[in-house]
Amino acid sequence: MRYERVTALDGVTLSLEAGTALGIVGPNGSGKSTLLKTIAGLVAPTSGTVRVFGKAPRQLRAGTIGYVPQIEDVDWSFPANVRDVVAMGRFPRIPPFVPFRSVDREAVARAIAVLDLTDLADRHISQLSGGQQQRAFLARAIAQEPELLLLDEPTTGVDAATEEKLRVVVRELVADGMPVIMTTHDLDRAAEWFDRLAVVDRKILADGKPDEVLESGAYAGLREHTHIHGHARTEDRAP
Amino acid sequence: MDSLLAPFAYEFMQRAFVAALIVGLLCSVMGTYVVLRKLSFIGDGIAHASFAGIVIAYLRGVNYTIGAAVVAVITALGIGFVHRRAKVSLDTAIGVLFTGAFALGVFLMSRSTRTTVDLQSFLFGDILGVTRTDLAIIVALALVVAVVVAALWRPLLFTSFDPTVAEAAGIRAPLVDDILLVLLALTIIISLQSVGIVLVAALLVTPAAAAAQLTRRFVPMMLLSALLGVVSSVGGLYLSYSLRASSGATIVLLATMLFFVALAIGSRRRRPRSL
Repeated sequence: MRYERVTALDGVTLSLEAGTALGIVGPNGSGKSTLLKTIAGLVAPTSGTVRVFGKAPRQLRAGTIGYVPQIEDVDWSFPANVRDVVAMGRFPRIPPFVPFRSVDREAVARAIAVLDLTDLADRHISQLSGGQQQRAFLARAIAQEPELLLLDEPTTGVDAATEEKLRVVVRELVADGMPVIMTTHDLDRAAEWFDRLAVVDRKILADGKPDEVLESGAYAGLREHTHIHGHARTEDRAP
Repeated sequence: MDSLLAPFAYEFMQRAFVAALIVGLLCSVMGTYVVLRKLSFIGDGIAHASFAGIVIAYLRGVNYTIGAAVVAVITALGIGFVHRRAKVSLDTAIGVLFTGAFALGVFLMSRSTRTTVDLQSFLFGDILGVTRTDLAIIVALALVVAVVVAALWRPLLFTSFDPTVAEAAGIRAPLVDDILLVLLALTIIISLQSVGIVLVAALLVTPAAAAAQLTRRFVPMMLLSALLGVVSSVGGLYLSYSLRASSGATIVLLATMLFFVALAIGSRRRRPRSL
């Protein structure tokens, strides 16, 4: 069985099986984004190790990890339309001097279709709504055909229809065996999104089935805690 | 007809045209990445830094282009290193290193008892003075740049647009950045003799900036930039012959004019959308 074993933040130990969606909840500054970046190999852990499919993230074959960051601070005037952006998902896997193959074009077209972007494929990225941008970046990650998908608050700031679309797409990927780790603020629908839910605040406070975790009150207690110490918490926020 | 072809009668002019073609093509293709990464300052920076290499090469009796290339590549890698290590912006790293290297060049020259290098030709270019050896070096360096860009244009593009996601996907973004800086250093060195230290930045930035006015997709932008770059360099050289003007300056002026033409066409096309 495939699994990833993750140690990040302060003594965080997580492992994830294939075909599982793991939700990460926690207050702002709890290290949710840092956790994802560490798994993606963008941030080196100060101590401990991260293993994805038994290897350090930077040692993985190119294209293994699909990552959709929380805020895409890209240059929206960049000369690229939706299809161009989605096509970049194929780039890590294409060897030097090899042209864009039909298998690449098909993967791009599929990812665009899955996220209902076919009609927008030729539109410049500056002419997309927030929800359409988010769908385009998820499409890029899907076109990459990763073996692990990391989503950093993909539902923040998008409309209900987009959120539902993202959820359906993620659930389909999970059903096909993709391991997904996703951070979120939205607890209400956690059971619909995730197979497992972890409450993180510098360390793992709870980890289990979404309903059980929510009933355990681990997050409710945290909210109160956050409320009292919220200020101090934002100051030492992880990057 | 004969008078139109007159410039091509001389061997040194033929060499100059070949050099102009290569320089125009290379600068405008690399310029696409420069403009998209907002690195316009780098052309100026590396060109000035290479001055130290020119002086050292002169003092040691080595080929200027090789001396300039060595110092330019070291400076380019130094810029990448300082940028990451000191966590300062690339612009700042460029500013620190190029002035330092330029000062080293001036320092060494001021202490030299030998007659000074012909500064004028390095500052403003002397494409008519391109020798066979120079042309061979230009062709060789240009081939290196062309092959590396052909191999790595996708990682270069992905990291230009979205370095974080590219890195998560397994592209080694810092290495790609370093390679880009070295390629830019080589491109600038190849161009030095044609347009000079002062004007090389224009050839790197202006055609790509003009192309960006005319298209909103990457590959067309690169191709258009290449076309505009070649028209500027070859056309500029030709015009400079009939106008009896400085070739480097004429090339850059033509590129600048083409930019404003592209700007006019681009903004006319955009207007209906904003209304």
